[in-house]
Amino acid sequence: MAKAEYRLILKHADEPGYTVDIDCYLSHGGYQVLKKALAMPPDQIIQEVKISGLRGRGGAGFPTGVKWGFINHEKNTKPVYLLCNADESEPGTFKDRQIIYKDPHQLIEGMVISAYANRAHLAYIYIRGEFAKGAEILEKALAEARERNFLGKNILGSGYELEIYVFRGAGAYICGEETGLIESLEGKRAYPRIKPPYFPAVLGLYMCPTIVNNVETLCHVKHIVEMGGAEYARIGTPNNTGTRIWCVSGDVNKPGYYEYPCGAITFGELLYEVCGGIRNGNKLKAVIPGGSSAKVLRADKKYKIPKKKEDGSTEIVEMGLEDIPLDFDTVAATGSMSGSGGIIVMDHTRDMVECLRNIAEFYAHESCGQCTPCREGSLWMKKMLDRICTGGGRPEDSKLLLEVANHIAGRTICAFGEACSWPVQSFVEMFGEEFEAKQRKESSLEILEPLTNRTA
Amino acid sequence: MNATEKDLPQLEESFIEEAERIISQYPVSKRSASLPLLHLWQRHFGFVSPQGVQWIAEKLDLEPIAVEEIATFYPMIRQRPLGHYQFKVCRTLSCALAGSYEIFEYIKKSCKTVNEVGHHVYVSEDGKFSVEFVECLAACGNAPVMMLNEEEWMDVTQTKIDAILNHLIREKRKEEF
Repeated sequence: MAKAEYRLILKHADEPGYTVDIDCYLSHGGYQVLKKALAMPPDQIIQEVKISGLRGRGGAGFPTGVKWGFINHEKNTKPVYLLCNADESEPGTFKDRQIIYKDPHQLIEGMVISAYANRAHLAYIYIRGEFAKGAEILEKALAEARERNFLGKNILGSGYELEIYVFRGAGAYICGEETGLIESLEGKRAYPRIKPPYFPAVLGLYMCPTIVNNVETLCHVKHIVEMGGAEYARIGTPNNTGTRIWCVSGDVNKPGYYEYPCGAITFGELLYEVCGGIRNGNKLKAVIPGGSSAKVLRADKKYKIPKKKEDGSTEIVEMGLEDIPLDFDTVAATGSMSGSGGIIVMDHTRDMVECLRNIAEFYAHESCGQCTPCREGSLWMKKMLDRICTGGGRPEDSKLLLEVANHIAGRTICAFGEACSWPVQSFVEMFGEEFEAKQRKESSLEILEPLTNRTA
Repeated sequence: MNATEKDLPQLEESFIEEAERIISQYPVSKRSASLPLLHLWQRHFGFVSPQGVQWIAEKLDLEPIAVEEIATFYPMIRQRPLGHYQFKVCRTLSCALAGSYEIFEYIKKSCKTVNEVGHHVYVSEDGKFSVEFVECLAACGNAPVMMLNEEEWMDVTQTKIDAILNHLIREKRKEEF
């Protein structure tokens, strides 16, 4: 039996009869937490979020309370803005979609609470352009909330004023990067900003302090205020609190989204029990654990994971991929990351060079073109993979791939540099023999299913 | 770009009202409305023409180049018309693993989209259909995924494509009568 899900964020999302209407949300206790929050001093909400240990669900896993704490409200004289990052552009991720399409008022309630805590009076939801229907749902939900006085001039008689608008992106991955998102919202090309300042909390939208949080993160805030930070922190494991929605796609029998407390389930349990195993009874070959930018993990490799013992000391434990618990820190200890929670599974029939070529094409297409190493390097890597896959590989190619990748990471304005080089570095390191065989044009790999039937 | 007022298509009152409503959502800087207005223009006219860029620029007190640079940056904003029915098939890994390349080829064949008008973009001779590859549509658990105009389709199969095309052709005939 597969472990039962613990649905906090998606509690009602798939319930029969549950709709996106405000009346449905209200009849399920909706906006009650907002009432509670508006009676609290804003700093107390920030404190509860700090105590909860909530970490951002967009990919980087940065502590939300710490991010909020960067604004000094005593000294600040500028307006503060709250932005909801609903760009959900990391390949493999489809969790925010579930919230937006099925429970939009939960997001709005979370946003009003977060905006109140951060003294913001204007907030935007930056939603990816492809979610045309999602934007419509949100617009309607916001109008309903406005009508019922959960938004507007004097919310529930508290004197607090907030307006939220929806802003649609237009198909650019880079808008998920928070400073790119801000530039885009300012009506410019989404070129990420030079750091420092490292956080838009210092200089953000219209050069004012700005908090950018992911959709799921903002929903968690609602639950933290509801149950209290300390109680929330009991879900999950220390430093990995709360639930996470894992999005599984690729070669499993039951792909989908599954919500569990952090660390409550291992890769093996998730893939074999929850997701019904690998398709066609095939063998697991590799897993990308946190969206396509995360480093790929090989199924037959042992990973050295530091583990805290009861006396407080740390020991190194060897673990197979299947035994690794899904949280932030353990996945990070493998050298990869749990990122946005997008888990892409590949079975033993997959040609890893083709898989990497697919990912490399994504990054070559999505590089914003601002920094030379990324703009040139992402395309160069894609071209090299094209030629390896179409029979024109050269013996030195995998070394050259690594060399190009190593010269991008750490040399760009934003983390896209890492995002496009990590897959290349990890695929070549983990599956070097496949690359070399392909470069030598050995036919032993012909049994592998081609990912594409195109001719480049 | 030398678009003058007389080149502009006749804009309906409701279009201008909608534009004003959008601009009002950006009280701090009108410039923020550039991309939303490009979306609005494209929804109305199918693509963004130089006249569209000019009109938006004037509306927002910007140089046309400031709008043009946005229009050319974002993949969803088009500078030329595409098919009346636009298939956008996800190309990224999870969908590719689930056979999106085959789906792409199947739509290409079924819709006779023979003219390649851009990288991974094909249009049929009569201009009714276009097929293009797009990057991740964020529905990877239901791969392969595609969009038909602004509508999302999950777990796409060749049978589903056949059914969709049959439906579209029937609708089209109804319109012609």
